[in-house]
Amino acid sequence: MARVQPPAVLFALIGLAGLALPLVQFKPNRIVPGEGLGLAALPGGLAAMLALGAVLAAACWSGWPAVLRLAAAMVALIAVTLSLGAVAAHLVPPGNMLARVAPASGFWLLLLAFGLMLADAVNRLRPSLAVRWLMLGGAVALAGTILGSGALDGVSVMREYATRRELFGREAQAHLALAFGSLGAALLVGIPAGIAIFQSPRLRGPVLGVLNILQTIPSLALFGIMIPIFGWVAATVPGAARAGVSGIGVFPALVALFLYSLLPVVSNTLAGLSGVPAATRDAALGLGMTRAQLMAGVLMPLALPVLLAAVRIVLVQNIGLAVIAGLIGGGGFGTFVFQGLNQTAMDLVLLGALPTIAMALVAGIALDLLVQSARRDTA
Amino acid sequence: MTGRILLAASGLFLLAFLISPASFAPLFQPFTRNGAPAIYTQTSLLSLTLSHLAIVAAAVAGSTIVGLVLAILVTRRTGREFLPLARTVTAVGQTLPPVAVLALAVPVMGFGTGPTLVALFLYGLLPVFENALAGLTGQPPAVTEAARGMGLTPGQRLRQIDLPLSLPLLLAGMRLTAVISLGTATIGSTVAARTLGEVIIAGLLSSNTAFVLQGALVVGILAVLIHHGFQALETRARQRTGLD
Repeated sequence: MARVQPPAVLFALIGLAGLALPLVQFKPNRIVPGEGLGLAALPGGLAAMLALGAVLAAACWSGWPAVLRLAAAMVALIAVTLSLGAVAAHLVPPGNMLARVAPASGFWLLLLAFGLMLADAVNRLRPSLAVRWLMLGGAVALAGTILGSGALDGVSVMREYATRRELFGREAQAHLALAFGSLGAALLVGIPAGIAIFQSPRLRGPVLGVLNILQTIPSLALFGIMIPIFGWVAATVPGAARAGVSGIGVFPALVALFLYSLLPVVSNTLAGLSGVPAATRDAALGLGMTRAQLMAGVLMPLALPVLLAAVRIVLVQNIGLAVIAGLIGGGGFGTFVFQGLNQTAMDLVLLGALPTIAMALVAGIALDLLVQSARRDTA
Repeated sequence: MTGRILLAASGLFLLAFLISPASFAPLFQPFTRNGAPAIYTQTSLLSLTLSHLAIVAAAVAGSTIVGLVLAILVTRRTGREFLPLARTVTAVGQTLPPVAVLALAVPVMGFGTGPTLVALFLYGLLPVFENALAGLTGQPPAVTEAARGMGLTPGQRLRQIDLPLSLPLLLAGMRLTAVISLGTATIGSTVAARTLGEVIIAGLLSSNTAFVLQGALVVGILAVLIHHGFQALETRARQRTGLD
């Protein structure tokens, strides 16, 4: 009996809207207003549109197995991305450096429709952790291959990239250094602090209270407050400036992110340790373990999943907040975002925002997988 | 008790500061350099604060309505197929960095309040949805049994049992969303939304720490007050459920 699968109908509606709206925005140069063009602008584009529409409609039938949905969604995602590149290459004559082809609403809706279809299919398949890791790795490798192949080189974002190749590499490094550096520092300070307040409950109120107040300071302001503080430290404390402390550049941003990361690390360390059943602790003590052995050999390994959950929160949050460093000269992808916003050059904004989003998504998924495998190990 | 007094004191301080910022100039003077003004006067702080609160309120209301409706839908029999998907979508919503969403929304919606609302709405969806879901599905078995024994229809059960009982958790989700949004909204001023971020950015651009501190102080006190306000509501709602 033919039946309809409700989520697939939703994906089909989003996807069909995407097919109806312009795929790209074409501007003969940066100043004139652009015009929206659909897939039909491309030779053979009509056939591609029909094929994508057919996949969306056919997937509504509930008889499709999840594996087939997964494969169809993946092929469609690749096809949509490649057709964006093809339209750009078709519209812009070689050697024309002025014309700009930017992805438009139709492109984003198609990505959303097939991305949702993909996520839904993965949810239904319930793949094992190993398969999920393979999928994540495969997706990253595939995205890298498409970007590296030059198939998208005509698209405006990639044009912005081509003129800033070296700078992009530097800002990417700076962004990663900000996100991971602050996370590392927060773990180094936060885990011992979490253990300390676990062992002496009297400290809990004050420590968590201070960290909670830090969290209420808006990120923008925390970055701003760091500048004069470290400017003053660098100017007055002997040797501080030589050690890299400075009121401008990366240092204030790093410390601001570090301060934001402390609360999740400390409170999750405490929650993880408190969550270990008293019977387990008694058993370990009964075996003659010392307090240090108990902590290192029993409590910390059992608290690991909760701690990893904090790492996920902090890393994803810091990848996003590191964008703000671009506003105070701390580097990272925010440099492109705010430069682009100031010049209303949206292609440049995309060059900063898209890698940030990609990085946050990959980090979020990877850490979700790590948390799950740690849960399975401690269960 | 001391907590309440502190809260009331900080509320009064905020009110006095917003009504007459100029009288607090001596407090902020030490943080300025080269005779720069100590108090932000381009726009009235009170009107910026009200606009900031309005943006946050609109975003929280949007996240709450959509998150709650979504949670109700996926816990019905017909919507159950959407549950994993709804979970994925709300989780991705919170993984997307608000600053990046803000920047991406500008070409579509233009500079102003719109992009900020979208970014805050997406970011705030997850806490409300997950808490509403936990509230709607986590009723004690005895309650579920009693409802079935009374012969309530699913609609009656939702209105009379599930929604009132999940109110404390829903309020906790709204509290998380509101407190996060309050700080994140300041970033909206980079795309010309009228929030307290305007004061902070003015401070960053003119290296005037006094402005940065003013913006941070107002947002920080608001966050603490709203946090405790919601907590009080939660306590009251929990007492009304009579479950503990």
